[in-house]
Amino acid sequence: MQVNETNKEFRPQIVAFCCNWCSYAGADLAGTNRLSYPADVKIIRVPCSCRINPMFVLKAFGRGADGVIICGCHPGDCHYTSGNYFARRRMTLLFSMLDYLGIEKERTRLEWVSAAEGQKFAETMNSFVETVTKLGPNKRLEDIRCKRS
Amino acid sequence: MQKILIEKAKQLICDGKVARVLGWKKGEFCYDITPFMFTDVKDLEENFVFDDFCGANLSKYLIPYARKEGKTLVFLKPCDSYSFTQLINEHRIIKDSVYAVAIPCYGKADVDKIKAKGIEGILGIKPTSDRNGYAVSTLYGEETVARDDVLLEKCMSCKSKKHPTYDELLFEEGEVVEDCTRFDEVARIEAMTPEERFEFFRNELSRCIRCNACRNVCPACTCEKCVFDNADSGVENKAAANDFEDKLFHIIRAYHVAGRCTDCGECTRVCPQHIPLHLLNRKFIKDMNELYGDYMAGSSAEEKTPLTSYKLDDAEPSIVYQRGGDKK
Repeated sequence: MQVNETNKEFRPQIVAFCCNWCSYAGADLAGTNRLSYPADVKIIRVPCSCRINPMFVLKAFGRGADGVIICGCHPGDCHYTSGNYFARRRMTLLFSMLDYLGIEKERTRLEWVSAAEGQKFAETMNSFVETVTKLGPNKRLEDIRCKRS
Repeated sequence: MQKILIEKAKQLICDGKVARVLGWKKGEFCYDITPFMFTDVKDLEENFVFDDFCGANLSKYLIPYARKEGKTLVFLKPCDSYSFTQLINEHRIIKDSVYAVAIPCYGKADVDKIKAKGIEGILGIKPTSDRNGYAVSTLYGEETVARDDVLLEKCMSCKSKKHPTYDELLFEEGEVVEDCTRFDEVARIEAMTPEERFEFFRNELSRCIRCNACRNVCPACTCEKCVFDNADSGVENKAAANDFEDKLFHIIRAYHVAGRCTDCGECTRVCPQHIPLHLLNRKFIKDMNELYGDYMAGSSAEEKTPLTSYKLDDAEPSIVYQRGGDKK
């Protein structure tokens, strides 16, 4: 019975796009250091933060994500020299457009996490999950056909 | 003006300088004007039109003719000329294959706005002598309408009367409009609360029937294989099932032309559902101007667009949290 009650609580679905070279390794480091971050974060590994197409973000929301966070190498540290500079411009414009369409801007975030920043990764995820939990379920950019339950 | 253009085209064809003429062709009604490639002088004399219903941007129709034999003559209004320059920058048109004649534009009329005034049986349109109105001849006599009431959306906030590229200029050259008001509406929406913005756009975009007219007419949308034509993408062409798909299509459509959109306003002009699509494009242009410096696509040759370049000290995306009307 207790299980049902805990299930009623809202747990957000978070999609984290992590670049292979920095943030994914950062997440790994957070794991090996036994730092805890919520299990609601689903990590998708991408070769570089500039691999992320605006469609990825929108589709993640459509398929039921309540928040999307993008993690990449710090500016200047990109494995491919300049990928994250392009990603920065693209995501700024995309986030601004989502805000323009009235979608809560706190649901999207971009953070730079290096391979040595396991601590920062865990802290970022904790604060992002907290923000999205406060916002509640994503209603404004959901594809109702993909709704669970 | 129409006579002068026909004379010009005839002369160039007869001299053998051009093989074909891209212009506007008469439709069933005087306001049903479609872009058409004329190859025959007789056809040109009979069917070529140029009046205040010729809002269509001709630059995109040059692409399939870029590698054909002989030159193409095209008449470009100022905003068409921006798209034309941008297409040259993107190597979609070869400049040497085109003979571009720049013509002035004083704003084109929107037939739907004229009809909405209760004017029926339209037979023709002429600007009044002071250019502040249009004399519309109808089956039931002549009516005069104020120019500002019936202009196309794109002409209401004209950005420039100057042609960035041309081979020959007919009539006088205009200037870039300095006090352009094209971002006023975007700023008004930005000042709304997120709830109001959400309702506004849901209302507007829910009318979309996914006819793809906005994509097909857009001079910046020139990919040979569009993401929305890919059956494996899950977003292929079909009527949107819900408001998520409306948003997905329109965000991606506007995003794919961001930095290359010359704000020619064709998307809004052709939309059968009257969705103000230019508001999405202009939001991207406004953001790029504010964050990465003023940039006008197609205003000069060989320029890097904001999304194909970067600076080391660009704003972080968190700037979005600090901007806009609500500072929650």
